[in-house]
Amino acid sequence: MTSLDLLGKFLQFATGLLVFAIVVALILFLLDRGAKAERTSLQLGLFLGPALALLGIGLIYPAIRTSFLAFTDRAGEFNGWDNFVWMFTQDQALITLLNTFVWIFLVPIISTTIGLVYAVLIDKSRGEKYFKMLVFMPMAISFVGAGIIWRFMYAYRSANYEQYGLVNQIIVSLGGEPQQILQSWPGNTLALIVVMIWIQTGFAMTVLSAAIKGVPAEQLEAAELDGASAYQRFLQVTIPGIRSSLVVVVTTIMIATLKIFDVVRTMTAGNFNTSVVANEMYTQAFRAGEPGRGAALALILFVMVTPIVVYNVRVLMKQRQIR
Amino acid sequence: MSQQTAATPSGPERISQLAAKTTRVKTKLSTRIATAAALVIATVWTIPTFGLFVSSFRERELIESSGWWTLFQNPGFTLGNYQEVLLSGSSSAPQLGEYFVNSLFIAIPATLFPLVLAAMAAYAFAWIKFKGSSALFVMVFALQIVPLQLALIPLLQLTVSFLHPLMGAIGDAVPIIPDQQYLPVWIAHTIFALPLAIFLLHNFIAEIPGEVIEAARVDGAGHAQIFMKIVLPLALPALASIAIFQFLWVWNDLLVALVFSSGTADTAPLTQRLAELAGSRGQNWARLTAGAFVSLVVPLIVFFSLQRYFVRGLLAGSAKG
Repeated sequence: MTSLDLLGKFLQFATGLLVFAIVVALILFLLDRGAKAERTSLQLGLFLGPALALLGIGLIYPAIRTSFLAFTDRAGEFNGWDNFVWMFTQDQALITLLNTFVWIFLVPIISTTIGLVYAVLIDKSRGEKYFKMLVFMPMAISFVGAGIIWRFMYAYRSANYEQYGLVNQIIVSLGGEPQQILQSWPGNTLALIVVMIWIQTGFAMTVLSAAIKGVPAEQLEAAELDGASAYQRFLQVTIPGIRSSLVVVVTTIMIATLKIFDVVRTMTAGNFNTSVVANEMYTQAFRAGEPGRGAALALILFVMVTPIVVYNVRVLMKQRQIR
Repeated sequence: MSQQTAATPSGPERISQLAAKTTRVKTKLSTRIATAAALVIATVWTIPTFGLFVSSFRERELIESSGWWTLFQNPGFTLGNYQEVLLSGSSSAPQLGEYFVNSLFIAIPATLFPLVLAAMAAYAFAWIKFKGSSALFVMVFALQIVPLQLALIPLLQLTVSFLHPLMGAIGDAVPIIPDQQYLPVWIAHTIFALPLAIFLLHNFIAEIPGEVIEAARVDGAGHAQIFMKIVLPLALPALASIAIFQFLWVWNDLLVALVFSSGTADTAPLTQRLAELAGSRGQNWARLTAGAFVSLVVPLIVFFSLQRYFVRGLLAGSAKG
């Protein structure tokens, strides 16, 4: 890196910030000018306009275009349902769909369960803060970083050599043969899922831990007086008390899992039957020159999230009515 | 309870004290088991990162001939991996230094831009009355869950047809700036961050007491002044936590970078370079471990120093979602 390169980069950075600052200053300056009658619409335009324009150009229009693109072939000609037929008939594509279902089934359930158990275990313990920090830390790590960390964990050497991957070392010391963990299906998909669980558990734990602290102490005490064991209190008082948080955690993790891309890409690049819809979408659209197939996969992804969207919008509308 | 214990215990209180004592013994025992179980989970969760960290300081031959847990039988520390990964002059080396700068110059604007725009929009939704406000707000919320993937292809086409000519012109006018610029990545990140940021900030800004804003209005303050002098300072905790989130998200992103950056040292962030290394030199653990740790340093610093706000933002988002 020469200092000239660095200067060029810095210049872009500074100019970008400066231009943005000028635009915002201009908006704020213009905001309270203008005739009183037109003021509200002008203000709305200035305050909401930039965000809505960006959303329109960058999300709504592209989403609609993608939906049409899903019905075209690589030359851009209309080809009906071909892309979807391809998706549901090719062995490879079917495995991709199957894997995705396994991902969105296992990751939310397991990470929420472990997160919940952990939150209960450390609740009010000494050093709770540090316990939380350790499990939460993977949240700050990039999926690429996590992918490398876990590839190192799964590293393989044949049985004649000393292992340097921890997982294989454990297998060997238990008397097993070292495994090429990332190369045989379906074990490899499970091995990748472990990585996502590792990342998401901290999120579940943090939210659920806060929810547990919100359960009224009187309810727990009342249950205790009634002779409920700790386990019963947990099932019959704590769990109902944190139900809404549980739903939020599960849906959030589910959405994150559906869109998972980086973990698969860094660890196996989708080889050995590990691909998932989000990864396959990228491969088809940007690597294989099949934007139609990519778009179709993106559309499937959207269909999979739609029930979750509808559910969340409903909850939101209910909340706004209460307000 | 605690106020009463000072008085001499009479009949029923004495019983309840005894009961409390036995529960305390019981809880102490179960606390110990719980702590042990928690310790096991915490250890399992920390070991992978720890192993990477230790390995990044070991000599190449050692990493690839013995496990990092045999550290004490096979000692040997070096900073060589970091030196090679960050600064090495040869073109085949990772030269992460350049990409590190890219990550920083991408992440800071891509955090500030959406935050400011979202704050303005959130203010309009919360404090300017207009027809269709609710419907529009729900729509913005729903956009949050549209998968990125659905927007990528057309947005890239738009970028190529509108932004690339502009970038070419900038590059011609100021020769120091290469034709490949950060602009598309900034814009893409800004767009993708808006729905969630607007939603979270709205929740916060709408909670500001109406009297405060009314009082300012009576004093003759316009929307710009109210926004700058009242809303922004009061929303600072929310702004901080969303900023941390967005920064980490952008820093850690791979998908947007792959699609919208040039993929060269001009603009590509660390994650992209690392993913490339992991793919092409998948077994060079000396480079990979040190490289991965370089990419982790900034998020981990942000995480450990600002953890309080980070968690608060997480809870604000989930409790109201």
